[in-house]
Amino acid sequence: MHLAECLLSACLTCSRRAVTLPTQVLCPRSSAKQLTKQVLVADTPLQIAGREDKTEPRVTVAGVLVNAAKGAVADVQDYAKLCGRTLVTLVTPPFYLQDVLQQMDSIGAGSLPIILLSGFFIGAVMVLQTGSQFTRFGQSSLTGDVVAIALVRELGPSLTGLLVTGRCATGIASELGSMLVTEQVDAMRAMGTDPVRKLVAPRVIATLLTLPLLTAMTDFMGLLGGCVASVFSLRLSAIEFWRRAIDALDFADLMQGFTKPFFFAFILATIGCYKGLTVRGGTQGVGRATTQAAVLSSVLIIVADAFLTKVALFLADKLF
Amino acid sequence: MAGTRPMNSPIRSSPDSSPTIKFESVRLGFDEGDVLRGVSFQVQERETLVLLGETGTGKTLSLKLAAGLLKPSEGNIQVLGRDVSSMAEGDLLAFRRQIGFVFQEGALFDSMTVGDNVAYRLLEDKVKDEEIEPRVLEVLRFVELEHTVDQFPSELSGGMRRRVSIARALINQPPIVLYDSPTAGLDPVTSQTIITLILRLRDVFGVTALLATQRLQDGFALANFRFDPATKRVVHSSSNGSARTRMAATRFLVLREGGVYFEGGQEELADTKDDYLKRFLV
Repeated sequence: MHLAECLLSACLTCSRRAVTLPTQVLCPRSSAKQLTKQVLVADTPLQIAGREDKTEPRVTVAGVLVNAAKGAVADVQDYAKLCGRTLVTLVTPPFYLQDVLQQMDSIGAGSLPIILLSGFFIGAVMVLQTGSQFTRFGQSSLTGDVVAIALVRELGPSLTGLLVTGRCATGIASELGSMLVTEQVDAMRAMGTDPVRKLVAPRVIATLLTLPLLTAMTDFMGLLGGCVASVFSLRLSAIEFWRRAIDALDFADLMQGFTKPFFFAFILATIGCYKGLTVRGGTQGVGRATTQAAVLSSVLIIVADAFLTKVALFLADKLF
Repeated sequence: MAGTRPMNSPIRSSPDSSPTIKFESVRLGFDEGDVLRGVSFQVQERETLVLLGETGTGKTLSLKLAAGLLKPSEGNIQVLGRDVSSMAEGDLLAFRRQIGFVFQEGALFDSMTVGDNVAYRLLEDKVKDEEIEPRVLEVLRFVELEHTVDQFPSELSGGMRRRVSIARALINQPPIVLYDSPTAGLDPVTSQTIITLILRLRDVFGVTALLATQRLQDGFALANFRFDPATKRVVHSSSNGSARTRMAATRFLVLREGGVYFEGGQEELADTKDDYLKRFLV
C-alpha cells in the first residue's frame, strides 16, 4: 500500500510547480523532507504556457514616501485640470440645462430637511451657550447680537457646507464612481459626449446656485431656533431678540456670509466629481472614493473658511 | 445624412481601398508594464476581425484604442483615414459618432429607460422628437426588444441588456462597430441570438467590425454562417465562390503576451499545428 501510494504521488509530480503538502496525505512513512515538494497541480496547458516569475521590487520607506508624494502631486494636478475644464464648460455650449435642474432638485431641495432641522437646533444651542455667559454679566439681551453675527458670518456657511458635503459630495462620488466602474462613462465618451460637460458641470452649477440659498435657510432657521430658546430659556422678548439680531448685522457680515458658500460649493462639488471619476478597484474603490470625498471636502472647506475669513475681515476694514 | 438611412440598406464607409482600421506598431503600457507591445494589423471595409486571446492580453484595450478612448504610448492608429492616436479629445468626441461600441456588460445608463438609452445619441444631436421615436422603435425592432422601450435596464436580463446595447450602438448607423465580448457570461441560446444579430449587421448593413472574444465558437459562427435577407434566416455558407468570399471577410487575430501571435482566416486557424493555438480549438 505504501509503495503504491508513493508511485501514485510520483506520477502526479509536476516539474514546474511544487506545493508543500502534509506528508501523511500521500506516503505516511516517507520522510518529510523528500515529500515536501510533492505536487498536486496537474501539468495543465497554463503551466506549459508558463509565465516568468516577476521579481518583486524592494520596498523602502523612502520609496514609499516618494511614491506617496508623487501620487499626491499628480492628484493635485489632475484635480486642477478637472477644475479648469469644468470652468470652461460653464461658459461654453452645449449646456445641459435639464441635468442642472435635476441636480438642483437633488442637491438643493433634497438637502432642505436636514438644513432646516440642523439650522434650528444650531441656533438654539448657540443661544443657550452664549446666553448663560452673558447672563453672568447681566447682558443677556446681547445674545441676539452675538448669535446673529456668528450665524451669518461663520456658522451658517461652514455648517451648511459640511452638511451638504456629507449628503451630496458622497452621493456624487458614489454615483459617478459606479458609472465609471460599469463603463457608463466610457459609453458616454464613445457616443461623443464629454463627461465633464454632462456629469460634472451640471453638479457644480447646481451646487453653486443652491448652497447660498441653503445657507440663507440655515441662517434664518438658526435665528428662529435661537429666538425660541431665548424666549423660553432666557425669558427674553422675541421682538427684542429679532430687532437686536437684525440691527447687529451689517453689509460686511452679509457679504462674508454669502460669499463663502460659493467657494464651498465649488470645493464640495468638484471634489465629489473628481473622486468619483478617478475610482480604481471596482466597487471597493467606489466605497473608498465616497469616504475620501467626504473627508477631503470637509477638510478643504474648513481650511478655505480660515483663509476666506481672513480675507473678508481685511476687505471689510478697507471697503466698509 | 448619416442616421436617416432605412435600416435595411448597407452602409458605405469609404470609396477607396485603404483599410478602415489600421494599427501600426502600437504599444500601450501601464504602471504594471506593457500590455500591447508593437501590435500591427489592418481591417478592411466590411470585414470582421475576431480578436482572440487569454485574459489580460489586450483585446478590450485594442477596442478602446480603436475608438480613441485610450491613447497608445507609441505607434499609430488610423480609423476611416483619420489618425485617432493623435486627435484631441474634442475632435474625437465628434469622430466617435461614426463608431458604434458594444461594451461587455452593456454599459447602459441606469437612470434612463431603454428608449432613452437607445435615443441617447439622437438626443445629444438635438434631433427632433418626432423623428427620434420611430428610429428608436426601428432599431429596437431590429434587436427584437420593441416591447421594452419604457423599461429600465435593471428590469432586463443580461442578454436583453446586450441587445439594447447593440441597438444603442446602431442608432446612428455607424460604418464601424466594436464588440467587447458580446456573449460573455451568457447562456448558449442567448449567445446565439447575439451572434445572429452580429451576422445581420455584417451581412445586411456591411459594417466593419472588431470583435473581442474568448469564445472561438463565436468567431467560427461568423466565419461559417451568413444572414440571408431573403429568408431572414441564418444559413450555413455554401462551398461555392460566395462562401470563400464570405469566409475571407472574417479573419482571426490571436494576441499573446502583448503581440500578434496569429493572424489569418478560419481555415488556417482550424488546421494549425501550433500547440498554443490548438488550445483555443479544444
